[in-house]
Amino acid sequence: MSSKTRRHIISVTVRNESSVLSRVAGLFAGRGYNIESLTVAPIPNEEFSRITIETIGDQKTVDQIEKQLNKLIPVLKVVEREDFIEQEIAMAKFPVETNLAELDALCRAFNGKISIISENGIIATISDHPIRVGAFITASSRFSPIEIIRSGVVAMEP
Amino acid sequence: MRISGARMVIEALKAENVYTVFGYPGGAIMNVYDELYKQKDIKHILTRHEQGAIHSAEGYAKVSGEVGVAIVTSGPGFTNAVTGLANAYMDSTPIVVISGQVPLSLIGTDAFQEIDAVGISRACTKHNYLITKVSDIARVFKEAFYIARSGRPGPVHIDIPKDITAQLGDFLYPDFVDIPTYRPITRGNREQLEKLINAIEKSSRPLLYLGGGIVQSNSSGLIRQIAKLTGIPAVETLMARGVMGSENPLLISMVGMHGSYAANMAMSEADLIISLGARFDDRVTGKLSEFAKYAKVAHIDIDPSSINKLVDVDYPVVGDLNFVLSEMVNLLKGFNSNKFIDWQKTINKNDQLHPLNYDKSAFILKPQEIIERVGELLRDRANISTDVGQHQMWSAQFYPFSRARQFNTSGGLGTMGYGFPSAIGVKVADQNRVSINFTGDGSILMNIQELMTAVEYNIPVINIILNNNYLGMVRQWQTLFYDDRISQTDLSMQPDFVKLAESFGGIGYRVETLEEFDKALLDAIDKNIVALIDVKIDRRENVMPMVPAGGSLFNMMLK
Repeated sequence: MSSKTRRHIISVTVRNESSVLSRVAGLFAGRGYNIESLTVAPIPNEEFSRITIETIGDQKTVDQIEKQLNKLIPVLKVVEREDFIEQEIAMAKFPVETNLAELDALCRAFNGKISIISENGIIATISDHPIRVGAFITASSRFSPIEIIRSGVVAMEP
Repeated sequence: MRISGARMVIEALKAENVYTVFGYPGGAIMNVYDELYKQKDIKHILTRHEQGAIHSAEGYAKVSGEVGVAIVTSGPGFTNAVTGLANAYMDSTPIVVISGQVPLSLIGTDAFQEIDAVGISRACTKHNYLITKVSDIARVFKEAFYIARSGRPGPVHIDIPKDITAQLGDFLYPDFVDIPTYRPITRGNREQLEKLINAIEKSSRPLLYLGGGIVQSNSSGLIRQIAKLTGIPAVETLMARGVMGSENPLLISMVGMHGSYAANMAMSEADLIISLGARFDDRVTGKLSEFAKYAKVAHIDIDPSSINKLVDVDYPVVGDLNFVLSEMVNLLKGFNSNKFIDWQKTINKNDQLHPLNYDKSAFILKPQEIIERVGELLRDRANISTDVGQHQMWSAQFYPFSRARQFNTSGGLGTMGYGFPSAIGVKVADQNRVSINFTGDGSILMNIQELMTAVEYNIPVINIILNNNYLGMVRQWQTLFYDDRISQTDLSMQPDFVKLAESFGGIGYRVETLEEFDKALLDAIDKNIVALIDVKIDRRENVMPMVPAGGSLFNMMLK
């Protein structure tokens, strides 16, 4: 069995219940698994929610995570695969004096745009594959961002 | 007819055929206790501490195979119950624990005796519920009992706010459970099973590694059949003691840290280990990288997460052991039961070389001889409970168990204080047998208040205190691994156990010889009241053999 540590995306379909997120998060904390990012929202028109977890570990650990998740009573389905179509949002705030044309060009390159310009700064929003989100963050550093936030990954089976 | 939420709790318990509950009342659960008062079908046993109530429910469940039930109040009532929940979780025992909660409107306000009970029990239950609507009570109870006893069993906790038990509503107990997100796999994959049968045919040193799952799934008879059909020898974990029966020629002994030499060597030398409802606990495997190096591993378990968790498995089968073993019996019909005779001989030779043994003394009682003596006198007539420590290991090693569910012990969590209250539950569940609790002078004091419960309800548990004036197992480790620095394990300061028992209305004995012990035991059985038999034993006796923690299974200290 491969013991190589790498990034994994696990998609979990759960019943919409108030305690379900703490069950999932508690499982990761209690068993020492790591969470790089976690997103959750109800699936439209269903009694289920979709949780997408980004974790780092070897295959054996991830297999165990999947099984442990499946043991939680409100968990319907757990999927872990390498070919998920992934998407993530990042927002960044830049100083008001930032060159708008250059910033706009950068945002466009990452499926984004300038969302608002106010006296507190310029907020840019992009949405892209998580690796490209990382590239955006690196590239935007020359504009000296005041603040950057990432949404965490959402993923869908192709 | 509209009834109160509290009455619904009673009706739900009746619908689940629960006629005995253990518990302790308090403010937030008073509505339920008021309904208990008004009826005659369910007997409530008032323990003297909530921990005792949960352990009693667990002992009841372990011996009867039914779901044990306990009721506690909010706040400290619930937190006192947590050790019991954790214990049942680690040993996969089906129990349902009902706790009161402050009224819904006060949740989150740090109200009197408020604690986030489901937040705490989440980590130590199979599942839990906070009921927020009176109309949910019936469904939640139906689900809770189903979840507790199905799949890999475990404790389920139901937290009910006080206003919910006061509200009125219609009550209709469901006939079926439908939880789309919970469907335990019960029938094993036939193809995988055939591969395993093939592997058995090809192997020359196969070994059955039997765990608590055999007990849970009532598969002891099937496993005895399989062993007999094939001639494959077996080792038992602590949780599986009694499964094969001590007289069975194919049973080697217990395996693990305090397993026998022959059992541990068989585990190390086998070429095919067939794990049945066992989970490769660190107390069984010793150092993992050295564990069963030459063996293919088959693992049959109802819990997929137990498979490949610690040891890589070549033949995994997920399913209920009872189904899978029934199929195996059919597939194995006509198997040459002499095929493994050389392997059996090797094992027997090992067993003769280093049998489970101890040196008797003319001057002082040895704990092992007390356990053997009880075995000679009572055999199958007793159910055996233990606390945790040296006496627990000696009981597992030396009592001649003859059936599954005869042995009740805290395996996974190792809870001192488990023995006595759980032995009360055992006696309630199986009144025709003597309920023995082997305990230590440390453990017995951890739930000694249950003497009062046993006296009040006339539950004649016989506690045999193997008294060495030490917290013995920790002392043993200090002697062996900490240069005998006896740090905080000398328990020479002790109560007078005879007077202690008498002060509660029970009976106490102090014994120093085997004759005195026989007399005390027979007298206690005869008097039929709760007893403490304080047996003075060799202070420095160690549990042997021993695989030091983290050591390889085949590297045992024998003396």
